[in-house]
Amino acid sequence: MKPFQYFSPNNIEEVIFLLMAYKEEAKIIAGGTDLVVQMRRGLIKPKYIIDISNLKNLSYIRDDDKNGLKIGAITTIRDIEKSNIINSKYSIISQAASKLGSVAIRNIATVGGNLCNAMPIADMSQVLLALSGRAKLVGPNGERFVPLEKFFIDVGKTCINIGELLVEIQIPTPLPNSKGLYIKHLNRGSIDLPIVNVAIFITLNEEKNFCKDIKIVLGSVAPTPIRAFKAETVIKGNQIDDNIIEKTAEIASEEAHPRPNSIRASVEYKKEMIKVYIRKLIKEAILH
Amino acid sequence: MKQLLKIKVNNQYYEIYIEPWKSLADLLRDELNLTGVKIGCNEGQCGSCSVIMDGKLVKSCLILAPKAMGKEIITIEGLGNFDQLHPIQKAFIDHFAVQCGFCTPGFIIAAKALLDENSNPTEDEIRRWLSGNLCRCTGYVRIIEAIKAVSKNK
Repeated sequence: MKPFQYFSPNNIEEVIFLLMAYKEEAKIIAGGTDLVVQMRRGLIKPKYIIDISNLKNLSYIRDDDKNGLKIGAITTIRDIEKSNIINSKYSIISQAASKLGSVAIRNIATVGGNLCNAMPIADMSQVLLALSGRAKLVGPNGERFVPLEKFFIDVGKTCINIGELLVEIQIPTPLPNSKGLYIKHLNRGSIDLPIVNVAIFITLNEEKNFCKDIKIVLGSVAPTPIRAFKAETVIKGNQIDDNIIEKTAEIASEEAHPRPNSIRASVEYKKEMIKVYIRKLIKEAILH
Repeated sequence: MKQLLKIKVNNQYYEIYIEPWKSLADLLRDELNLTGVKIGCNEGQCGSCSVIMDGKLVKSCLILAPKAMGKEIITIEGLGNFDQLHPIQKAFIDHFAVQCGFCTPGFIIAAKALLDENSNPTEDEIRRWLSGNLCRCTGYVRIIEAIKAVSKNK
């Protein structure tokens, strides 16, 4: 690993100051489970490392009916996995958290890190996008909010400008009769990059046979996690039957555009598995 | 450019000067001679560098040394020794859960972290918990039996 200068600021103002001073030569570290690996492989070579894990006021999980769920950016994946609030009201988030890496990784990896690393396979990105999440950024010009649809720009690239820091992720309170499901298709039982991942968040009627609203997120099939907008319009506002589920699955599969040279699976296999999982998840959502 | 690090390891306090780009695994092995902490993949996958930091199971190869400032670390050397084996160490011996031994410290540390959190895990829970530890020799069966045996006795 190339030598660097290490800072451990105690407040956000210091972080922003350092980011503005060192610009592209600085990298934020929280847990470091992605960053350290990339630095060791020589993929990135920052001259300055700004450790934000001492900003204890950025680690929290808060929820109320009016403002929805707010998660501090350096909350660990393990804390999210075990949170009573998240397990009872936003269980798709803890489903994803429980599938990230292994326990030892989850103990230090953070939700902010998962988002800012901006990989199309990222577990937390998928589900937070499906829940209509938005990111709160703080910078030299104050704060701004970015819906997650606009947060991910490309592989490893987010909309965060020089001097800005992700501090919080906000999720609106779900409507009644809503259900979120996440699936991660792996070659191995764990500790593997997924072949595809799919998250759906669906709002049904009382009888569970009509789709009032749906968000479908596809992972590992584009440079960023993507919403399957066309597939969503097929089923949204309609009675749910096998025909509609099949059509939704087919359209979602068409919206997936995986790169052809992935060593994990072929384009055809990935697109087929998208179909399989859309069918599976919608059928599961209307059952329980 | 070395930085001062204050750390507690296996119940002893240390003040060490170390470069920030070294990992906690480097620190434990090179500065404190705790070579029970192994470096296998150096990428946080194999688990042979597993230690317990502030009560939590972590991969020491992924932790930059300065991040361990003020933390309390337990390595395999802190669990037991020849004269006084930790029950988990004894179970691994009794159940032949060791072959080459390279992964063993990592598995024992992981097992300790599991039993500290959940003293009576199901086999499924044990397997899930151990997904961050790889063994190329044993096929895992006896490792899981050893851990089950310890949890029954506790």
